[in-house]
Amino acid sequence: MLITNLFFYIFSIITIASACMVIAGKNPVHSVLFLILCFFNAAGIFLILGAEFLALILVIVYVGAVAVLFLFVVMMLDVDFTRLRAGFLAYLPIGGLIGFVMFVELVMVLGTWKLDFNLPTNVLTNELSNTRALGNIIYTEYIYFFQLSGLILLVAMIGAIVLTINHKQTAKRQNIFNQVIRDPKESVKNINVKPGQGI
Amino acid sequence: MSDIFYTYLLPTAIITGKSLFLIVLLLVSVAFLLLADRKIWAAVQMRRGPNVVGAFGLLQSFADLLKFVLKETIIPSGADKVVFLLAPLVTTVLAISAWVVIPFDNNLVLADINIGVLYILAISSLGVYGIIMGGWASNSKYPFLGALRSAAQMVSYEVSIGFVIITVVLLAGSLNLTDIVNSQSGDLGMLNWYCFGLFPMFVIFFISALAETNRPPFDLPEAESELVAGFMVEYSATPYLMFMLGEYVSIVLMCSFGSILFLGGWLAPFPFLDFIPGFIWFAIKTCLLFFMFAMVKAIVPRYRYDQLMRLGWKVFLPLSLLMVVLTSSYLVLINHFSNNL
Repeated sequence: MLITNLFFYIFSIITIASACMVIAGKNPVHSVLFLILCFFNAAGIFLILGAEFLALILVIVYVGAVAVLFLFVVMMLDVDFTRLRAGFLAYLPIGGLIGFVMFVELVMVLGTWKLDFNLPTNVLTNELSNTRALGNIIYTEYIYFFQLSGLILLVAMIGAIVLTINHKQTAKRQNIFNQVIRDPKESVKNINVKPGQGI
Repeated sequence: MSDIFYTYLLPTAIITGKSLFLIVLLLVSVAFLLLADRKIWAAVQMRRGPNVVGAFGLLQSFADLLKFVLKETIIPSGADKVVFLLAPLVTTVLAISAWVVIPFDNNLVLADINIGVLYILAISSLGVYGIIMGGWASNSKYPFLGALRSAAQMVSYEVSIGFVIITVVLLAGSLNLTDIVNSQSGDLGMLNWYCFGLFPMFVIFFISALAETNRPPFDLPEAESELVAGFMVEYSATPYLMFMLGEYVSIVLMCSFGSILFLGGWLAPFPFLDFIPGFIWFAIKTCLLFFMFAMVKAIVPRYRYDQLMRLGWKVFLPLSLLMVVLTSSYLVLINHFSNNL
């Protein structure tokens, strides 16, 4: 138990510290790298809780895919942070006000929300492995929510494709089928060129 | 006091010792596999390959190691020093750390965790960070372009690898690598292996593994004819060595992962060959896959980038998705799942 507690504190301290570095860092790429460290340590906390499936899915989805795209965008954008910070003091009052209102709203929501810590215990038995237990409830009790979230992702995917698709007629594209069925006999011919004449 | 010793310190020491043994074994075998790679490549091109250091050039890799370590590490003046040096470290550490879940024989595995497949998938999806960090931190155009290419390439091929693994997991009914190998054992010997029943998936896995590890014909991140050496342009000496090491360790990892998923891991191909220890079969199968990797490097020309992306998204993704649907429909048809729950 002692070691578990120790690891919990190590993971949570690194999570919080790296989360602070995400917003405090001067270089945006460093911020994203700290965000990745933060995800990692959150996965570590999941592991301590015994939710190894969630921990690895967190690493695969967030660190392996989402953060890579983040890093991609941040590297390409070349954000100049000194220019962004120029109007910091001028915007501070209104930004602070908005932040304060959000904070008060959050406190009000959390204060009135009755948290129910009694999880349905029949799911989390020791006989079933983590993955199986999760599959058992996702595909039975929560099947409609699961399908709905899939549908939302599908809509987002179609939206992203519609936004970025480029239907320029002038764009040169390779038709792989035409390329593969090309016959060397028809597309290559031997010409005997006489010296000094050209074709 | 002795309580703490027996519950924490002793197991920690044992695990550390085992891990060190595994790492040393791994690095020595990678040294010889690297030599084998160069020898095979040379033989295809009718050259001799490295043959000076030691008998038949057997010690060439160790000579290279000494050379790389003794040279000066050059860091470009405009580089982001910390990230620049962190990148090769990340690559090597990630590549080696994936080996803890690989079972070499029945019960001969460092960490027999329930979700070994997911662990390997997670670690191999992190491999892209070493490359993208190295490319960005070099503060130069060619490395950056190489890193961007590689990130897109690895993210694309991970998707089809994921679907291939899902079909195997569906058949085996477990995410544990030991269970996956055991589910391929049976009276028929090697006919039970998934490489026969799932032959198309085996081909897709092999080609995606080539793309995932940046091997030719998909070595676009370091395409020397266009990008000098891709993300490795600015690296020299030990950091460069670590990049190469990480790359080869993850290639061997992919070979052994493929032999576990499709070639029955440590199982003997015929029942009468059972007297040969399992880890020897495992090594033979891994070497066979590595030989195929090396041959592909020697005989196939490099893909163009748009063709690479087309292959990943328009050919492999629909094919592997179709196979997932077909496999699960077949399993439902024969009532495979009814006795599991």
